[in-house]
Amino acid sequence: MNATELEKAAGQEAPARTRKRQADTGVQPIVRYEHVSKSFGDLEVLHDINLDIAPGEKVAMIGPSGSGKTTLGRMLMTLEEPSGGMITVDGEPLWHMKSKGRLVKANEAHLHRMRGNIGMVFQHFNLFPHMSVLRNVTIGPRKVLGISAEEAHERAVTMLGKVGLGDKLDVYPSMLSGGQKQRVAIARALVMNPKIMVFDEVTSALDPELVGEVLEVIKEIAREGEMAMMLITHEMDFARDVADRVIFGAEGHIVEQGPPEQIFENPQSERLQSFLSRFRLS
Amino acid sequence: MMDVPWNDFYPLLWEGLKVTVEVAVLSALAALVLSLVIGLCRVSKFKTVRIISQICTEVFRGLPLLVLLFWVYFALPFLGVEFDKVTSAVVAIGLNYGAFGSEIVRSAILAVPNGQSEAARALNFSPLQRMIYIILPQAALRMLPPFGNLMIELIKGTSLIYFITLSDLTYQALILRNNFLSMTPYIFLLLLLIYFVLSSFVSVTVRLLERKLAAGRL
Repeated sequence: MNATELEKAAGQEAPARTRKRQADTGVQPIVRYEHVSKSFGDLEVLHDINLDIAPGEKVAMIGPSGSGKTTLGRMLMTLEEPSGGMITVDGEPLWHMKSKGRLVKANEAHLHRMRGNIGMVFQHFNLFPHMSVLRNVTIGPRKVLGISAEEAHERAVTMLGKVGLGDKLDVYPSMLSGGQKQRVAIARALVMNPKIMVFDEVTSALDPELVGEVLEVIKEIAREGEMAMMLITHEMDFARDVADRVIFGAEGHIVEQGPPEQIFENPQSERLQSFLSRFRLS
Repeated sequence: MMDVPWNDFYPLLWEGLKVTVEVAVLSALAALVLSLVIGLCRVSKFKTVRIISQICTEVFRGLPLLVLLFWVYFALPFLGVEFDKVTSAVVAIGLNYGAFGSEIVRSAILAVPNGQSEAARALNFSPLQRMIYIILPQAALRMLPPFGNLMIELIKGTSLIYFITLSDLTYQALILRNNFLSMTPYIFLLLLLIYFVLSSFVSVTVRLLERKLAAGRL
């Protein structure tokens, strides 16, 4: 994307539109995707995505594999750079920064500052295998937030208690079940206190009988939280229970979105109807 | 067997052992440091750094150690660079084995799953912190067995330093052989045993380190 396009995407017209939308909802969105696209080589996996997430809002993203929902989350976590458009987090551009009055590609320092707002839980947990459970959860606060060892310990113990693993502090990840690993990963992300958290298909790699314990933990967090959540999931019951809004995406477009009742009870588009027909909802 | 003058062998071999161990330890340190530096450069995000370090690897890996030794000790003085014998040996062996080691470091770093780096980034670690706290500790475990191999190779490689007139173990054995020609098999048997003990020491150390580093991991 060249500089003129960038300014067009983010420059003169955008503020007016931003003010209008803010007037609509009364609050500034915590995350805003504007005309975001993403290509891998010649393959465009996301086309012109526009999406706002309000502070504290729980948004579930559903859709067939390859619809681009994971990519949407990974771009927010700065693991994947958008090919076009703008992502704004808490009013500030994520992948761009102002330099001499122009928007340019963000440098590592800007990304570092912005990433503090965002957390992520991965499909394959990605726990650090060379560290105990406790150390997995304390290392972020210690090294990144610069918190004292005592306080980091205290926070981590509280957080691990919350996800039901208070008795596993000194165990290494290899000794845990998949469900326990994922709960450690959730504690590890939560302890950093993000404003928005991406849950990327966090139960897809789990044995069926372990899915429930992880979803329960997430529901619990969702109930108490001012934290916004982007829940990328294939668990339709879970999406219906937890989400304030459900977004159905297919082939790189947002096809339909709305409150869970509407999406699951009264789907409008044919795509969504045929997608949902493949899930048996309880 | 009765008339083998073992006691005449030991003093000279002991002198040689000291030189061999000194050169081996120093060049092992040099090789390890070089491996790490070049290996890290090989995965740098800057292309120039990657290319320069790759050239280093290819050059110093591709030269026979003996030729490298001759270059450092006999040829460099003509270009105004002069090292004493031990330093020459350490430079040549360090460069040669460091080049091999850099490949070990590079491949071990690349073998750490990408998800580890992504998880570290999601926790907002800086690139340096990612390397120090997450990638290198995991890569270290993968590096240990091949590094054990490399160190054993290095110890055996030091037997070439008598070509630049360092009186190492091999050199002393050859002197002994001149003095006790009929004892040649016994002298060389002793020599074999000493090298074997040295390498076994490395093997055992590496295995202990591996066990320690792997604690908790399956």
